[in-house]
Amino acid sequence: METILDILHELHDDVDFSVESGLVGQGILNSLDIVTLITEISDRLDVQIPAEEILPENFDSAEAIWALVQRLDEA
Amino acid sequence: MLTNILQYLEKTVTEVPDKLAFSDGEGGLTFLSLYGAARSVGSALCRRGYGREPVVILMDRHPEEIAAFFGAIYAGCFYVAMDAAMPPARMALILSCLSPRVMVCDGKNRERAEALCQSGAFSGAVYQYDDLCREAADDSLLAVVRRGQIDQDPIYVVFTSGSTGVPKGVAACHRSVIDYTEALCEAIGFGRDTVFANQTPLYFDAPLKEIMPTIKYGATTYLVPRMLFSFPVPLCRYLIRHGVNTVCWVVSALTMISSCGGLDAMPPTCLTTVCFGSEVFPRRQYDLWRAALPEARFFNLYGPTEATGMSCYWPADRELDPEEPIPVGYPFRNTDILLLTEDGRRAGVGEEGEICMRGTCVTLGYYNNPQRTAEAFVQNPLNTAYPELIYRTGDLGRYNDRGELVFICRRDAQIKILGHRVELGEVEAAACACAGIRAACCVYDQGRTRLVLYFVGDMNPADLTAALRDRLPRYMLPALVLPLPALPLTPNGKTDRRALKEQAEKL
Repeated sequence: METILDILHELHDDVDFSVESGLVGQGILNSLDIVTLITEISDRLDVQIPAEEILPENFDSAEAIWALVQRLDEA
Repeated sequence: MLTNILQYLEKTVTEVPDKLAFSDGEGGLTFLSLYGAARSVGSALCRRGYGREPVVILMDRHPEEIAAFFGAIYAGCFYVAMDAAMPPARMALILSCLSPRVMVCDGKNRERAEALCQSGAFSGAVYQYDDLCREAADDSLLAVVRRGQIDQDPIYVVFTSGSTGVPKGVAACHRSVIDYTEALCEAIGFGRDTVFANQTPLYFDAPLKEIMPTIKYGATTYLVPRMLFSFPVPLCRYLIRHGVNTVCWVVSALTMISSCGGLDAMPPTCLTTVCFGSEVFPRRQYDLWRAALPEARFFNLYGPTEATGMSCYWPADRELDPEEPIPVGYPFRNTDILLLTEDGRRAGVGEEGEICMRGTCVTLGYYNNPQRTAEAFVQNPLNTAYPELIYRTGDLGRYNDRGELVFICRRDAQIKILGHRVELGEVEAAACACAGIRAACCVYDQGRTRLVLYFVGDMNPADLTAALRDRLPRYMLPALVLPLPALPLTPNGKTDRRALKEQAEKL
């Protein structure tokens, strides 16, 4: 979870991602941010996110991203 | 006689009044409601004494924004769209260039409009779209306006980012837009059954590709929610659900889908026509699209805003050699390309020259900026007999053996290192030809006279450098090769070269 928060913080250091939800809904994360997240997650956590899982609900909060990463890591 | 773009709408509304014209996927406007709203807004603006002047439209990207554009044209004015996401400083520069007296906003942007008034950036009147829309259309008033309009009157001003950071407003008239619409439709082959999915913001000239054929033929355009361009599978599902058969998108929107496996996960098989342009399509990604949609027709489009939308097309009607760049092809009908050498001659086959445009497509120039206009809109150097303006794009091109025009690079992207001429695009193409590289952007750090290559892909920088050594002469090898998760984009979705150049100069 810490790594996810680190990555998000590097993208937008003015947002408190530990409490913020609606990252996609409110337009906090743009298309470039999503691509960056996917690449960083692959590099730092060695988890590949397949196209089917690149969905708004999986990126709407730090918690949702962490849940996705855990789920894919266990699979 | 076709002299006004509103004639397209006026003909179509009699043929398919109840057909959906523009939609955001939820609500939408039929041709009749679009026509009604535009005439109401036009009449309302006329009644308040506006005419032959800019009408600033500050609205969210929505079918009603398009109705507001047509409303401004009905009033004999021209529209200038601004976006809520524009930085306030850019808005202020645009407003100071225009000195507009009137602005139309929607409810959501009311506060922003008032903030512009309070900051002094705007000193005219603000009207809300809904209020203007409720007023009755006045046939006789609109008829008087129409009698005074000619096809050389502007219908919009679109602001491009000037290289100096001061935006330049390109003004285009009815005649240029009609010429573009007719030529584009003929070249690509749109019709009443065409269903477009618009990707670009409405404050550029890019959406004319969808808006104009839609009102000409009675086609339908969906304004795809911006958020979907981050999510390949939901985006493709949206296209399929709405039966979209035609997209005219910037390259990065297409590669967003193809580079993460989206074409396998949810192939957008509904598409029969795929137009792309505005920047170079990395060959690997282009090949993925071709393979995923073998029946679809693909078109590379090329053109500057200053020559009204797009000017050239290549119909992807043959296989390309592995390292061959995708040509920009042929000019649209009634547009002539002059490829001019530095000493002002027509370039021969294979010879390099600046791409210049001649024809009705050449726009009126930069609004309130005679100096910049005079630099780019110049007398045809091959004609000394009578006044004839051409537009100099600042792009370099050449003709290949087949007579197709090939884009080389921006004139200012061609640099000299140790006396050797280097084209940044060639370095990028070499990188993109390596397996695992999805995108690349090469910039020149002038202070240290070195090339910096940014890339996106599954390869480490050392391996990429080694691979480039096999493909490029020594003087073209980047001094620094840096991986990025993704290339930064401008609001239009093109690679933000300026941001990367600044980044490279700070390293």
